[in-house]
Amino acid sequence: MSQAFKFKDEQDLASFVQERVDPVFITGGQTRGVDLKHDRVDMTGLSGVVDYEPGALTMVAKTGTTLHQIEEVLKAEGQQLAFEPTILNTALGTSGASTIGGVFATNASGPRRIQAGAARDFLLGVRYVDGHGNVIRNGGRVMKNVTGYDIVKLMAGSWGTLGLLSEVSFKVLPMPAAQATLVISGINADVAVDVMTASLNTAFDVNSVAYDIAAKCAYVRFEGFEQSVKYRTKSLMDTLAVDREIAVLENDDSAAAWSNIRMLSAISNQGGDLWKISVRPTDGPQIVQKLGLASGIMDWSGGLIWAKLDAGKTVRDILGDIPGHAINLSAKTGLKFSNTNPALTHLQSAIREKFDPKGIFNPGLMG
Amino acid sequence: MEMPAPDQFTLSRKAEIVARLRAALPADVVIDDPAETRAYECDALSAYRCPPLAVVLPYSTEEVATALKICNEMNVPVVPRGAGTSLAGGALPTADSVIIGVARMNEVLECDYKNRVIRVQTGRTNLSVTGAVEEDDFFYAPDPSSQLACAIAGNIAMNSGGAHCLKYGVTSNNLMGVKLVTMQGDILDIGGSHLDADGLDLLGVICGSEGQLGIVTEATLRILHKPEGALPVLMGFESNEVAGACVSDIIRAGVLPVAIEFMDRPCIRATEAFAGAGYPDCEALLIVEVEGSDLEIEEQLDKILDIAKTHNPVELRRASDAAEAGRIWLGRKSAFGAMGQINDYMCLDGTIPVSQLPYVLRRISELSAEFGLDVGNVFHAGDGNMHPLILYNANKEGDLEKCEAFGAEILKLCVEVGGCLTGEHGVGIEKRDLMSVQFSALDLEAQMQIKDVFDPKWLLNAAKVFPLDATQSRRDGCPK
Repeated sequence: MSQAFKFKDEQDLASFVQERVDPVFITGGQTRGVDLKHDRVDMTGLSGVVDYEPGALTMVAKTGTTLHQIEEVLKAEGQQLAFEPTILNTALGTSGASTIGGVFATNASGPRRIQAGAARDFLLGVRYVDGHGNVIRNGGRVMKNVTGYDIVKLMAGSWGTLGLLSEVSFKVLPMPAAQATLVISGINADVAVDVMTASLNTAFDVNSVAYDIAAKCAYVRFEGFEQSVKYRTKSLMDTLAVDREIAVLENDDSAAAWSNIRMLSAISNQGGDLWKISVRPTDGPQIVQKLGLASGIMDWSGGLIWAKLDAGKTVRDILGDIPGHAINLSAKTGLKFSNTNPALTHLQSAIREKFDPKGIFNPGLMG
Repeated sequence: MEMPAPDQFTLSRKAEIVARLRAALPADVVIDDPAETRAYECDALSAYRCPPLAVVLPYSTEEVATALKICNEMNVPVVPRGAGTSLAGGALPTADSVIIGVARMNEVLECDYKNRVIRVQTGRTNLSVTGAVEEDDFFYAPDPSSQLACAIAGNIAMNSGGAHCLKYGVTSNNLMGVKLVTMQGDILDIGGSHLDADGLDLLGVICGSEGQLGIVTEATLRILHKPEGALPVLMGFESNEVAGACVSDIIRAGVLPVAIEFMDRPCIRATEAFAGAGYPDCEALLIVEVEGSDLEIEEQLDKILDIAKTHNPVELRRASDAAEAGRIWLGRKSAFGAMGQINDYMCLDGTIPVSQLPYVLRRISELSAEFGLDVGNVFHAGDGNMHPLILYNANKEGDLEKCEAFGAEILKLCVEVGGCLTGEHGVGIEKRDLMSVQFSALDLEAQMQIKDVFDPKWLLNAAKVFPLDATQSRRDGCPK
């Protein structure tokens, strides 16, 4: 019979880890599906915003706080998480609500990442319980900090394999006053990457570019003050509009389009496993072609491909020599990265062994 | 600042060590003549000096690997060096160490505009990375003050920032991949032109590890298209508190300037005497710069000036063209030189939460009176990264020690209000022994365990970053 352990207090969590001998799986909002066969630590007991300074653009929160709650508190001050965390429930067919700890532990960055940076770039400080059951702090709550090694970055995207994140502090940014999106229709993947690249490589501060494979549409987003958005939208349109079909979505319509991209609505209803493939943006079309994708989202100017593939099918062989990596987010416990360099794998395993010498955190995850 | 005593056995083997390096590397790569190694005795923290055992200046990654492998086999400490501009003593050698410098490796290897990356050898200077792409209207964003001289290798080691990182982030946010040579001489490619890390984010922890995990010989850096233009506005205020409140209001209003720079009265006066930039004689001065098209700049500056006016400024000066912008920046850019003109100074680098600015500035002036040393403040206000400049007289006995004690008090104050010891310069030897103010023994142990993985013998830049007593058993553990 498997058990779920839940703690309201960091110290209780630490005591639990000190005593613990057997493996545990760490869950946040359970948006990625949970294998009920194993014992679990449910992090949602540690919840609440600890500190929020809008004038300093920083927030500190316990990791079990829901993403929704964080975004509501920020919204009241006209601020937001600029890396626009992905919301994968619908695409993965799970209920549950993302937690801020889960967002950072998986480095879950959405469309704005191409310009604003990833979740890891916004994470300023962490508190975590390591595999010995010690509470460790790294980083802080200020934006510029080079004091000691940056374990903060190491924890971001470590999928709970190095420790139980109990508190995170992060940078937030003002919500833009206005937004607009250019929709360029009737183009295939390689033309889309050319259009997206051309859009990013201008002075017009484009902050997101994505392509819907089935709809054959590229989306190019601008955000900022109203006059500025208007000016930039028009300027880029004039630059791109040679024999192309371009529409403009303003404010709410623009926001709705990007909400769909962020939630992967285009492939939500499809069966199969959800894959996330990270490559050099110009290699995106090649991946789409090699996988024979009829649908999916190519975000980050081609650098990130979201696709549903039949269960059991793997992307790694198809990547071949193309630099990058792929993960199957539908895999419940066996989620692995496709790292092929043994020297790097050795370093990563050695670090993991130092942080979690008993090997109890999320075994099997990350290879 | 104390450094560990050099290992006598290693010193006694100098001839043998140099001979092995010479046998494996081109003749001009290994330098051991004391007249020449003296040039490497210090970095920009020049109060501390010590010539190394030898200096190795390789032409290639493979030569770096060869040198590291020999040093590892012979248990010789290694100090990596970029351009030697560290203000924290990050490149300070010990007498028993071999310096491995990347200065000769400064080529651009690849400019990939489609993926917006540039791959360079890390001996290249920061400014010349932008230099390689600016004709095509691109730039590399991190802009430390020393950018004309400092090398990308050092930028990566210290995770350097600059005035414009409020908008564009620091080195770590603009670094996509490295070629790292480990102490064992293994060459590793980590990251690249794709955006997310494969597995654990090793790149994230290598950046800012102060040359303790390996020597980075190549870097893949993010480049960005230039904005259409940029213009600053200068504002003078009657008190530091008011200037601090104005910064906070600008940020809360949703404007994100590329830079918000702050200077206090002692700095303004010194700068005026030195550069004659025409700054107002007031308590606090802000320079706020925004980017975009003419219309966008106007829209943002209007908002900023409206906010500033609610704080009763004693001066508001809006640049309307490049020449006026240059005059506004002139004083700020000559601030360090101006202070150096008056006296020797020590430049601190703590970061504080922006809301604590008025309190911290008040405490610094109280401490200044207690220690009897003047201090000027010039810093990046948008992100709370302070640069108090403590003036002292290097020729006066005991003044340096007094200055260091004063500096330590300021840094403790930064930590006390929720900030940190160093925002962009790094720990080096300068803040090494204050690390226990910010971190518990367990926090430091977690960091040191990462070094254990990369450099089990603790040979690479080992007497830096962590308090000497905390690393002693590890450094002594290395069989000589």
